[in-house]
Amino acid sequence: MPSRELRGDGRRRWLRRALVVPYAWLLLFFLAPFLIIFKISFADPLVALPPFTPLFDWAASGWERFQVTLDNYLFLFQDRYYGVIYLSSIKTAAISTFLCLLIGYPMAYYIARQPPRRRNLLLLGVILPFWISFLLRVYAWIGLLNTNGVINNVLLSIGLIDEPLSLIYNDFAVYVGIVYSYLPFMILPLYANLERLDITLLEAAADLGAKRWRAFVDVTLPLSVPGIIAGSLLVFIPAIGEFIIPALLGGSDTLMIGRALWDEFFINRDWPVASAVSVVLLLILVLPMMWFQKVQGQEVEDRR
Amino acid sequence: MNEETDNVVKFTKPVGKSTPEPWLDPGAKPLVEIRGVSKHFGDVVAVDDVSLVIYEKELFSILGGSGSGKSTLLRILAGFETPSRGKILIDGVEMTSVPPYERPVNMMFQSYALFPHMSVEQNVAYGLKKDGLPAGEIRDRVAEMLEMVRMGRLAKRKPDALSGGERQRVALARSLIKRPRLLLLDEPLAALDKKLREHTQFELMALQDELGITFVVVTHDQEEAMTLSTRVAVMNQGHFEQVGTPGEVYEYPANRFVADFVGNINFLACTVSGVDGEYAELHCEEAGGAVRARVDEPLPQGTRRWLAVRPEKIFIDKECPPREHRTVLKGIVEDLGYFGNLSVYRVRLPSGKMLQVSGQNRVRTARKTVEWDDEVYVSWDVASAIVLEE
Repeated sequence: MPSRELRGDGRRRWLRRALVVPYAWLLLFFLAPFLIIFKISFADPLVALPPFTPLFDWAASGWERFQVTLDNYLFLFQDRYYGVIYLSSIKTAAISTFLCLLIGYPMAYYIARQPPRRRNLLLLGVILPFWISFLLRVYAWIGLLNTNGVINNVLLSIGLIDEPLSLIYNDFAVYVGIVYSYLPFMILPLYANLERLDITLLEAAADLGAKRWRAFVDVTLPLSVPGIIAGSLLVFIPAIGEFIIPALLGGSDTLMIGRALWDEFFINRDWPVASAVSVVLLLILVLPMMWFQKVQGQEVEDRR
Repeated sequence: MNEETDNVVKFTKPVGKSTPEPWLDPGAKPLVEIRGVSKHFGDVVAVDDVSLVIYEKELFSILGGSGSGKSTLLRILAGFETPSRGKILIDGVEMTSVPPYERPVNMMFQSYALFPHMSVEQNVAYGLKKDGLPAGEIRDRVAEMLEMVRMGRLAKRKPDALSGGERQRVALARSLIKRPRLLLLDEPLAALDKKLREHTQFELMALQDELGITFVVVTHDQEEAMTLSTRVAVMNQGHFEQVGTPGEVYEYPANRFVADFVGNINFLACTVSGVDGEYAELHCEEAGGAVRARVDEPLPQGTRRWLAVRPEKIFIDKECPPREHRTVLKGIVEDLGYFGNLSVYRVRLPSGKMLQVSGQNRVRTARKTVEWDDEVYVSWDVASAIVLEE
């Protein structure tokens, strides 16, 4: 049927044209800034504007003016401070992700099992906080967690405690802030996955002798793994580089890579080291994801 | 696909059918007893006061259209729905509130409901694992079962790498592996194409006979119900219209609904005008006068009835056939369909009523003996006609 093939060809051409937009977007707003940062990470700091040495010095001709230094990266590896910060950021992000999963999974499961109308209402509730500025919401937590904030006042007034708890300016407050802020990113992909789950699969499991909990472990849980992974990545990646939450809710001893970056850029004005810090962070995030994608791709192929 | 259809199961006379009619034996022990079961969903009555007894080794079909309540009844037997009223007994044990995972019953789902993240082997083994059987025994029984449904070769595959027919066989193996007392099948053949369906139908029957497991099949396909079953229950609007052998349901329908639902049939409206022994005299406007039909009991004079005749019971002739013991009507061939093995005619009676007639093409000829617009005689034996209540 030549006409159908032609139609298919036409569609493919349109698809290719439409694909230009996302690629251009990625190129302009993701790849270009990254290349600039990548370039700066190989420069020397300078008290000037911009505060780093250029890669090529067009004033003098010849290759001797092509300057690349690995000093910034060496510095990161020599100074134990950065290793500790990376590890503590990964730890904070990992624990937050796990807490989000622990809270988000039952919520997503519950929403997915509701009749369609209530389901939409509940989903609206999940994304409602997005209507308010992220910064304002984090500030609101200060009001809640403060030594003379809402929570302490309530607990004091009902006599549950005698003196205020120190709820803010510590790691606890950072976890509260991150879990609160990123919970919707865990719930939404999990919901999308659980909502598609075929209920007859659970009936089949029950029919073959599995009680409700067993059927959940044997069927629902393994089939929701893609949702768990998607939600975890959506929480873990922004959490690891989170700056505002540790800055506003964290204590002076809260070590997060976002704050270290801020300090390097704006306090020390050492742009090259700050750039190197972000490049390494990117590698820490991207390499495991690439590995994961490769494994997943293989699994899909194995199924064929 | 080819490999599946080439391997046709031969027609064999079932071995285990020496006492084929336990429902006629008053001493027979029932396997399943459904006692006055109703199921309401809000205001909707899905199953309405249904009672039924199913015996061991039966292949029982529940036949009905969509919304007839047949699937709900099956789900009540499986334990996925609790009846609003009534009781379910299996092997004499009350099962009404026993959860599905504790019933000696397994189900084959219409969608097959195979676990997509498990291989064929793991799917089939699942039920035995939940029973906590030793690994060695599980392995042997799964291998044996997969051999039986000819899926041993594909044991390591995932369900989405299988064809429709293969998936159906895995689903069957999975539901049989626990050797249930009762196997429930929800539209077991609906997802297969026609050729594969016919073939699988006989395979199912052979398997049922070999294993001696009682099957309850839910289907909307009357042909499927007729070929498969020892008995059929025709279900409509939540209750049974008739329960009987395929022959009884087809030849002795209890009412107009059953007659219409199972197979093709012609209906002629008439009034009882007299009784003559075991025959009724009927006045039938649409047939153009008096018609006789055999009845079991005398009918009250003057009441309205339907005279029903199946198309294959009607003969079509160019010459007038002998009228003794037959009803003979004149008509004109309005439409004609040639199917190779048989021909189907639509004959218009002088009253304007259309009769469907089908006949075997017994003589080898490319020319039609009866043509469009031919004047013909249609006739049937008075014992072939069925009289049904309004």
